[in-house]
Amino acid sequence: MAPVEYYIILSAILFGIGVWGVLKSRNAIVIFMSIELMLNAVNLSIVAFASNIKTVLSQFITAIPPQRIPEVLQTSIASGQVFVLLVMTVAAAEAAVGLAIIISIFRAKDSVNVDNVNIMKW
Amino acid sequence: MVIFAILALISMFAALMVVTRKSALASAIYLILVMCCIAGLFVTLGALFIAALQVIVYAGAIMVLVIFVIMLLNLRKDEFGFDTKTLQKYLGFAFAALILIQAVFITGWAMKDYTDIPEKDISEIVESEGIESIDEYLSAESVAETLFKKFAYPFEVTSVLLLTAIVGALVVSKKRLLEEDEEGEI
Repeated sequence: MAPVEYYIILSAILFGIGVWGVLKSRNAIVIFMSIELMLNAVNLSIVAFASNIKTVLSQFITAIPPQRIPEVLQTSIASGQVFVLLVMTVAAAEAAVGLAIIISIFRAKDSVNVDNVNIMKW
Repeated sequence: MVIFAILALISMFAALMVVTRKSALASAIYLILVMCCIAGLFVTLGALFIAALQVIVYAGAIMVLVIFVIMLLNLRKDEFGFDTKTLQKYLGFAFAALILIQAVFITGWAMKDYTDIPEKDISEIVESEGIESIDEYLSAESVAETLFKKFAYPFEVTSVLLLTAIVGALVVSKKRLLEEDEEGEI
């Protein structure tokens, strides 16, 4: 397995590309997909940290009461994946509502260019 | 390590393609490639359950929805690939590059302290508690136990969120709800 910092740097690069996509493009669907890319990058870093938490845990495992060691280990290792699961659920909800908004904008304006949808801007 | 390098290169290339392609459909296909690569990276991290969910939920459900919407909108050719005006484009690029450089450097700086930590061997302490291997806590069984015991409340709240999203999506995408009600069409 590659060292954890490689995963974190890859995640930072993917996040940066996502930010660029949101700032650059005017197509609402491409902006939406860039947001999904950023969510994925964050998920990657969460899982990378959760899988490598052993190094940090080894520093203070002697401070944990012995009967609680299995519970602490399980919670700290598995909760990273639980967070990712919750992020995926929120992303699915966001996808449903976001695409519905894009469809209704297209019905009203006959375009998905976000520069045409600036009536709330000023 | 080799697998990581291959997956990382493919995912970075595909992520750049997502942002730079003119056609939204090509972007969507490249985004599916990014998500499959990230699922592969999850496998290398030992998180098999999350890797499966990544393929099923992201590459499956969400991207099918996105492609469905792209097909449904039936955009004209001139609707494709419009970018911002020149100044905004370069400012956006500079800002994204700034965030990227900051993130990479802060990560490198913080991870230097992290990798300086000498890794102690905890296998003896762990084994004395009757745990065979620490990696078994990465399994789907362990994730499910944590999810339904420790995180039961957030889990229930997400179900409410999903219900709200279903209702919200129906209401938002419906054609002029009130007017057509008066005409008795819906």
